[in-house]
Amino acid sequence: MKNVITVSSLVFLAACSQQRASQEGQNSTATEGGKSAVAATIRIDGSSTVFPISEAVGEEFQKGRDARVTIGVSGTGGGMKKFCTGEIDISGASRPIKGKEIDKCKSSGIDFIELPVAYDGIAVVVNPKNDWVESMTVAELKKLWSPEAQGKIMKWSDVRAGWPDKEIHLFGAGIDSGTYDYFTKAIVGKEHSSRGDFTSSEDDNVLVKGVTMDRYALGFFGFAYYSENAAKLKLLGIDSGDGAIVKPSLKTVADGSYKPLSRPIFIYVASKSAKRPEVTEFVNYYLKEGRALVQEVGYIAMPEAVTAKVIDRFGAGTTGSLFGGSGSKVGASVEDVLGK
Amino acid sequence: MNHRIADRILVVVCFVGLFLPLACLVALLGDVMWDGVARIDWSFLTSYPSRHADKAGLLPGLVGSLFLVLLTGLICIPLGVGAAIYLQEYGQDSRLSRFIAINIGSLAGVPSVIYGLLGLGIFVRTFGLGRSLIAGAATLALLVLPIVVIASIEALRAVPGTLREAALGLGATRWQVIRHVVLPAALPSILTGCILSMSRAVGETAPLIVVGALTFVTFLPDGIDAPFTALPIQIYNWVSRPQAGFENTAAGGIVILLGLLLILNLGAVLLRAKLSKDR
Repeated sequence: MKNVITVSSLVFLAACSQQRASQEGQNSTATEGGKSAVAATIRIDGSSTVFPISEAVGEEFQKGRDARVTIGVSGTGGGMKKFCTGEIDISGASRPIKGKEIDKCKSSGIDFIELPVAYDGIAVVVNPKNDWVESMTVAELKKLWSPEAQGKIMKWSDVRAGWPDKEIHLFGAGIDSGTYDYFTKAIVGKEHSSRGDFTSSEDDNVLVKGVTMDRYALGFFGFAYYSENAAKLKLLGIDSGDGAIVKPSLKTVADGSYKPLSRPIFIYVASKSAKRPEVTEFVNYYLKEGRALVQEVGYIAMPEAVTAKVIDRFGAGTTGSLFGGSGSKVGASVEDVLGK
Repeated sequence: MNHRIADRILVVVCFVGLFLPLACLVALLGDVMWDGVARIDWSFLTSYPSRHADKAGLLPGLVGSLFLVLLTGLICIPLGVGAAIYLQEYGQDSRLSRFIAINIGSLAGVPSVIYGLLGLGIFVRTFGLGRSLIAGAATLALLVLPIVVIASIEALRAVPGTLREAALGLGATRWQVIRHVVLPAALPSILTGCILSMSRAVGETAPLIVVGALTFVTFLPDGIDAPFTALPIQIYNWVSRPQAGFENTAAGGIVILLGLLLILNLGAVLLRAKLSKDR
């Protein structure tokens, strides 16, 4: 028994010292040969909404090239933090950069190029057995989702006279998601403000299941989740107040007629990184070849004319934000903004 | 008579208490297996992440998780057992060590994401380890350290004082007593604590995301300072994808994670059995 203990403690000590030795060895090799390896890595982080596009582009880009692409998911805000300290080359964002983030980047000397890469629509859905709703107005959605509605607007009949006198069950994107932020800003008018008595989940599949199983349910989530489950859900048209009822589709989201629940999503490229040839090549690939991939992973590609403008913007290395640091602009299409 | 009835009732209550969680567990495992087993094949284990659910593999996650457990154990077990030996054997009666012991107890209840933030501040930024495997392992080690310390203290406390006194009476020094008498007697229970803590480390996601684990990486870590990903992060990513195929891919990932846990635990249990038999 003694021997076992002696041996095992020896092994422990040996393992520990070896560990340290290999660590030191690692560090020294990293500083010698690591520079070129690090330079060839394209580091991406940011929004979970943009992740599937970046993943698809990264996957295709690496075929036949020896570039390394790494992608993390720490959310739009988390990605911006890393971006503004120079830790990453590209940050995915499901909203435009905020004023505070611009200041932070400026103070650490990081210039950025803002590139819209796709549109994402937010779908408002009900159960297929729901036979009384075809569309809703933004005013009705506001009445239903605003913080004051809690405890007051509890039945379908409270939303519009004539609808059933049954309790309405609400499902919505998780309150930490960009989808929730955008929905509240577009519908309620104030970002991150809504009633609290709804089922919220960061996992949109949970919301899909919830609405699928409940005749009196209403929910909202990313359009990609609707298209994957279209047979089990009923999509509502939205009337933004001008009388035209529009359902989200590839066409209506891309041309901006699905208002106000469609939004552009972005990548931000650090100017310094953009000078590196592999990053230049990657971003151009992202913008050109990425169009088909955007569709494949469930988002909506921008019209070709807009993409061309975005590619020019990257080619010219134009820095700064088109959105003035004020967060999402509801209903603004990239076409309008780029045109300015 | 009354006592007998009470006895029976207690047995039934205990059985229900055992059966309910067990049934939940079986249902959960069954559901995951049902969805996931068909997805598991060799290429699932040896492929890199992909946007195609049927081509996505978890190689980087699997390798990352294995490295993480190994490094976490190497950092955490010597530190934790050492701290426990000091607290229990040397500093047993001092006010300071009692104060420390109480604090370690409450540290075990701190949410894991807080440890992630701590790891980000200390290991990633202050020590300049970057968003690397070693920073992740050090953070996980910090996270499970209280469990190792507490389990080890309990194990050492369970060693009868008479054994120590007998050895001391024979003229052994304190360190000799600990090394030849106390530690061997406490080893099986200490190992149990270590097994539990490593299992916890394998399943953690939140602190790793904060420390900077990646989600998409198509090369394996080539050193402890390399960027990395881990199984739970891959699974989390797949679960949240809209495409139907990813549900099965995620389930397959969960089965692999469970399998990894099972193998790790089995190895440790066998080791423990061997060590206690050798005594």
